[in-house]
Amino acid sequence: MTDTTATPAHFDAAGHDEAHHDADHKPGFFVRWFMSTNHKDIGTLYLIFAIVAGIIGGAISGMMRMELAEPGIQYLEAWTGETGNAALHFWNVMITAHGLIMVFFMVMPAMIGGFGNWFVPLMIGAPDMAFPRMNNISFWLLVPAFLLLMGSTQVMGTTGLGGGTGWTVYAPLSTQPGGPATDMAILSLHLAGASSILGAVNFITTIFNMRAPGMTLHKMPLFVWSVLVTAFLLLLSLPVLAAAITMLLTDRNFGTVFFDAAGGGDPLLYQHLFWFFGHPEVYIMILPGFGMVSQIVATFSKKPVFGYLGMAYAMVAIGVVGFVVWAHHMFTVGLSLNMKLYFTAATMVIAVPTGIKIFSWIATMWGGSVSFKTPMMWALGFIFMFTIGGVTGVVLANGGFDNYVHDTYYVVAHFHYVLSLGAVFGIFAGWYYWFGKMFGKMYNEFLGHLHFWVFFVGVNILFFPMHFLGLDGMPRRYPDYADSQAYWNEIASYGYVIMGVGMLIFFVNMAWSLVAGKKAADNYWGEGATTLEWTLSSPPPYHQFNKLPKID
Amino acid sequence: MRILTNLMLAAGLAIASLSVASGANAAAPQPELAPAPQTELAPAPGAVEEAAESAADAAPAFEYAAPTEGIGMPSGGLGIQPQVSEVGEQARWFHDALLMPIITIISLFVLALLLWIVVRFNRRRNPTASKTTHNTTLEVVWTLVPVLILVFIAVPSIGLLQAQYNLPEGETVTVKITGNQWNWTYEYPDHGDILLVSNMLEEEGEQGEGARFRTDADGPRLLAADERMVIPAGVNVRFLVTASDVLHSFAVPAFWTKIDAVPGRLNEGWTRVDREGVYFGQCSELCGARHGYMPIAVEVVSPEQFERWVISQGGSMPGSEDASSDAAEEDNTEAVEDAAETAAADSAAAAS
Repeated sequence: MTDTTATPAHFDAAGHDEAHHDADHKPGFFVRWFMSTNHKDIGTLYLIFAIVAGIIGGAISGMMRMELAEPGIQYLEAWTGETGNAALHFWNVMITAHGLIMVFFMVMPAMIGGFGNWFVPLMIGAPDMAFPRMNNISFWLLVPAFLLLMGSTQVMGTTGLGGGTGWTVYAPLSTQPGGPATDMAILSLHLAGASSILGAVNFITTIFNMRAPGMTLHKMPLFVWSVLVTAFLLLLSLPVLAAAITMLLTDRNFGTVFFDAAGGGDPLLYQHLFWFFGHPEVYIMILPGFGMVSQIVATFSKKPVFGYLGMAYAMVAIGVVGFVVWAHHMFTVGLSLNMKLYFTAATMVIAVPTGIKIFSWIATMWGGSVSFKTPMMWALGFIFMFTIGGVTGVVLANGGFDNYVHDTYYVVAHFHYVLSLGAVFGIFAGWYYWFGKMFGKMYNEFLGHLHFWVFFVGVNILFFPMHFLGLDGMPRRYPDYADSQAYWNEIASYGYVIMGVGMLIFFVNMAWSLVAGKKAADNYWGEGATTLEWTLSSPPPYHQFNKLPKID
Repeated sequence: MRILTNLMLAAGLAIASLSVASGANAAAPQPELAPAPQTELAPAPGAVEEAAESAADAAPAFEYAAPTEGIGMPSGGLGIQPQVSEVGEQARWFHDALLMPIITIISLFVLALLLWIVVRFNRRRNPTASKTTHNTTLEVVWTLVPVLILVFIAVPSIGLLQAQYNLPEGETVTVKITGNQWNWTYEYPDHGDILLVSNMLEEEGEQGEGARFRTDADGPRLLAADERMVIPAGVNVRFLVTASDVLHSFAVPAFWTKIDAVPGRLNEGWTRVDREGVYFGQCSELCGARHGYMPIAVEVVSPEQFERWVISQGGSMPGSEDASSDAAEEDNTEAVEDAAETAAADSAAAAS
C-alpha cells in the first residue's frame, strides 16, 4: 500500500530541534510520562492504568463475594453506614462499578491501549503510531473518565450514593429522578468512548499506512490483524453507544422522552442501541486476546500459525457477524417469533469462525516442539476456558432455552468464562510473553507458573458453580439468595480467595522481577519468536526502526 | 455406585416417557442434571384435590396450599428445576438430553487434544517441530462439522421456540401482571374486579407494622409472598405483562416462563400447568434497590378450587357451565396419566 509515507526522513523532520538525538535519548520525567507521544511509553501508561483499575474492580468483586458468601445481608449496612434501601442500593452501585471498570478501564486499556500501543508499531516495523499526539489524548481522556466514574459513587443516585443501574444503564431505571451519579457515569462513558474512538482511528491509520516495506496485509502478524479488526469494531459501535447515552442524558436533564413510554418514547429503543454497541464490545474485549494467543502458541510450538489466512478472516468474520446478533441479549423483552428465530440462528453462526480459531491453535501446536513456559500456560488455559465459555454461549444462543437462564447466574458464569478466564488469561499471557521485551528484565518462571495454577484453580472454583446456581434459577444482580443456594455461593466465594492469592503471587513476581529480574536478551524465546519486535533490543530503543526493516 | 446408576436409569426412563421426541437420546441425560425430585411430582395433586374437595363440602373457603420442597423453588442442585409444563419439559429435554451432552463432548474433546499435545508434542519427546501450516481437508472438516452440529441443534431449537409462541386452542385464563417498585400486581380481566398486590413476606421480627411474617407454609425466605397469583391446572393461562415504573421481569423457572415487564408495552406469554402446587419465581431484571425482594408466588389449583378462589376474591367466572366441566374432565385424564407415569418411575427407583 502506501509504504512510502513512512520513511525515516519523515520522522526525523518531525523531531526538529532534537533532530540529531541519539535513538535512546529520553526526555525528563514529567515530559516523558505526562506529555508522552511515544507509543511505548503510552502503552506502559495504559498498562499501569489497567492494573490500577483492575485492582479497584477486583476489590469490588471481592466485596460482592464477601456479601454473597452466606445468605442474608451481612456487610452492606456496615459498608454504607445506612440501613434499608440506601444500603441495598450500594449493592447495585457495586455491580455497576465492577462491570464498567472491568470493561472500560481494565480489559480495553490493557489489551488495546497497552499491548496494542506497545506492539502494533513494533510488529509492523513502524517507528511509532500514525498520530502520536492523538495517542496522548486517547490515554489522558481515560484518566478523567475513570475519576468521573469513581466520583459518581460519592454523589447521590436514586435511593443512595452512586449510580445503581448496572453497566447496561437501562432506561427507565437510569432516567429515574435523583442525584447526579448516573449523569457522571454517562459522562465518564462519553470520555472513555471518545478515547477509544481516537485510539481506533490511530490504529487503523497506522496499520494501513505504516507497515514496513514488504509487509503486506497478508503477512501481518495475527496480533496486528486482531487489533485492526478490534479498531473497526470500536469505530463502528462506540458512536452508537455515544448516541444512546447522550439521549439518556437529555432524557434525564432536558425533558426529552426518547426512552419514556409515557411521552411516546420506547425503553426498548435504548436496549437496541446499547446492545448494537454492547455485542461488538464483547468481541472488542476478546479479539486482541485471540491475537496474542496466536503469537504465543506459534512461538512456543516453534511453528508458524496453522491456517494463517483462515485465522485472520475468522476474526474478520467474527467482527462482521458480531454486529448482527445484538438482540440475543434481549430474548425476554418481547421480541416476535421471527426475530427470535433470526437472532438464534445468527448467534449460533459465530460458533463456526470461533471453532476455526480453536482448532487452528490446536493444529499449530500439533507436531510442534512445545515448551510450556508461563505465557504458554496462560495461552493453553485461555484456549480451554474460552472453549467452555464458548459452548455455554452456544447453549445461550438458543432463544427457547435462554428464557430460563436469562438474567441468571448461568449468564454470569458464561461471560466470566469468556472474559475473566478468556480475556484476562489473554492479558496475562501477553504480559508474561512480552514482560522482558517491555521492561528489559525477565519475570520469575516459578512464580509465573505458581500464579497460573493458583489463579486457574481459583477462577474455576469461583465461576463454575455459577452455572449450577443459574440452572437452579438464581437471578443475577441479587445481594441475597434462597437459603438452599448457600452451598455453591460459599464455594464460589472460596474460589475468589484462591484467585486473590494468585494475584498476590503475581504482584510479588512483578516487584521481584522489576528489581532483581535477570536481564532480558533481545529474543529470549528463541527460534519460535519470529515477529519484528524480537529483532530489537529488550527494552527496544526509545525510537526504533529509523531505518525501516524490509520484509521478504 | 450401583444405586446411583439405577437412579439415573430410572430418571432417564421418566424423562423418556415424558418427552415428546425420541427416547434414544433421552436415555442418556447428564448424570448430575437428572433431577431426582422428578419422582415426587405426582403424589401431591391427588392429595391436594381430595383435601380441597372435602373442605369445599364443609365450607367454600379457599386456603393456600403449602409448597413442596424441591419443586417450584431453588434446591441448590446442579441442574434445571423440575418442569411442570409441557413446553418446560420440552425445553429441559432440549438442554439435558441434547445440548449438555454435545457441549460436554466438545469440551472434553478439546481438553483431550490439549492433553495429548502436552504429552506427545512437548519439547523433550518431539525436539524438531514439523513445518506443516496448511491442510485444506482438515480446515474444511473443522468448518463443516460445527455447521452440521449447529444445524442439528437448530432444528429442535426452532421447534421449541415455536412451541413457546404457540398458545394452544381451548379455555384460556388471562392474568394481567404489572411489575412495580417493588411488588407485583395481578389482575384477572375476565374474572371481575380481582386485583392483588403481592409483596414479599418478611421474616419474623422484621415485618412491618401490622403485617404478617413468613412461615414455612408460605414458602422459603425471599420467595414467599403475601398474595399468590392463583391459576387453574390443566388450562391455558395467558400472562399479559407490563410495568408501572421501571423494567422488571416476570419469571417462574418451573414454568419456563420469563417475560420482561416494560412500561408502555404489554408483553404476552403463556403456560399450562397440570400439576397443582406452589411455584416461586423472582424479578429478573434489575429494578432498583429492592430488586432482590419482589418474589413471585404462583399457586396452581384445580379448576373447581380456582372458581372457589375467584368467588372468594369477589370476582366472577366467565363462560358457560359446559366449558368448565369439559376442561375438568380433560384435566382428570391427564392427572391419571401423570400418576401412571410417576408410579412407573417410582417402582423403577424402588427396584434399585
